[in-house]
Amino acid sequence: MESDVLVVDDSAAIRKILQRVLRQTGMAIRTIHEAGDGQEALEVMNAHKVDLVLTDINMPKMDGLQFLASVKASAHWRQVPVVMITTEGGETKVGEAVKLGAAGYVRKPFTADQIKEKLAGILESAVPL
Amino acid sequence: MNLQPILVESLSQATAQVFSTMLGVEVVRGEVTAEDGKQEANDGVVSFIGLAGEWAGTGSVSCSPVLACRICATMLMCEAPAVNEEVLDAVAELTNMIIGSVKTDMETHLGPLGLSIPTVVFGRNFKTKSAGSSEWIVVKFHWEDETLQVRICLAPSGRSPHVMLHSGGTQACALDV
Repeated sequence: MESDVLVVDDSAAIRKILQRVLRQTGMAIRTIHEAGDGQEALEVMNAHKVDLVLTDINMPKMDGLQFLASVKASAHWRQVPVVMITTEGGETKVGEAVKLGAAGYVRKPFTADQIKEKLAGILESAVPL
Repeated sequence: MNLQPILVESLSQATAQVFSTMLGVEVVRGEVTAEDGKQEANDGVVSFIGLAGEWAGTGSVSCSPVLACRICATMLMCEAPAVNEEVLDAVAELTNMIIGSVKTDMETHLGPLGLSIPTVVFGRNFKTKSAGSSEWIVVKFHWEDETLQVRICLAPSGRSPHVMLHSGGTQACALDV
């Protein structure tokens, strides 16, 4: 089954790199949506079906942790896996993301293999929406 | 605590790792210097990111327009013939990753630190000035014929610098990216 992925980062450069990496993973991906902050990401999720989210933490308007909390608080979206991809490596932010229900955590800078490894199994084990 | 050797090592490792991982390029570390916050004329691309906590300060990456375009083209695997929004975004993200990595290293010594959203400036003959009195550590890196400067200043909160921009040229602009 093909999946729809949402990439959330205020950097267009990182969104572009993640698009490329996702296409290289070999995963069956139908659409890759993009958003520049958490608020925009929620709007995308309201408008489209999303099976997996990759999100930054430090973003304007609504950061990645606030966005993650909103997703996990929603009965409609709480099963959607959210992977944090961020420069934030501190235990506090990692712990908060895990506590809020993040499916995984990748630190920037990242390699394509690190992203592939992290995503391996996540889409397959996700509960169908 | 003498932070300088720790910062130099952290900056060096972070810069080398970001270039190696995200661009597939090995940069060569050059001169390490300490500077005060006096005004200097700049040409090219300068990116700033703030650090805040019990210690606070600013991290910065600066380079020529040619190197900024090269960074963007290599990182995004695209054409970048001139400095545009995509090039500024790539330099801002590079700064975010380098200083973000240093921030994580320094948190083990200084406690939790917050990281701001980067601001990037492109122009000619503009000056930056630190409002604080603390010293900046400057590490140069060479990529073939071009040089990248990575700077950081950290001080106990209350006497940390905040960067102010004075445009003396014709094409200075600032973007939040």
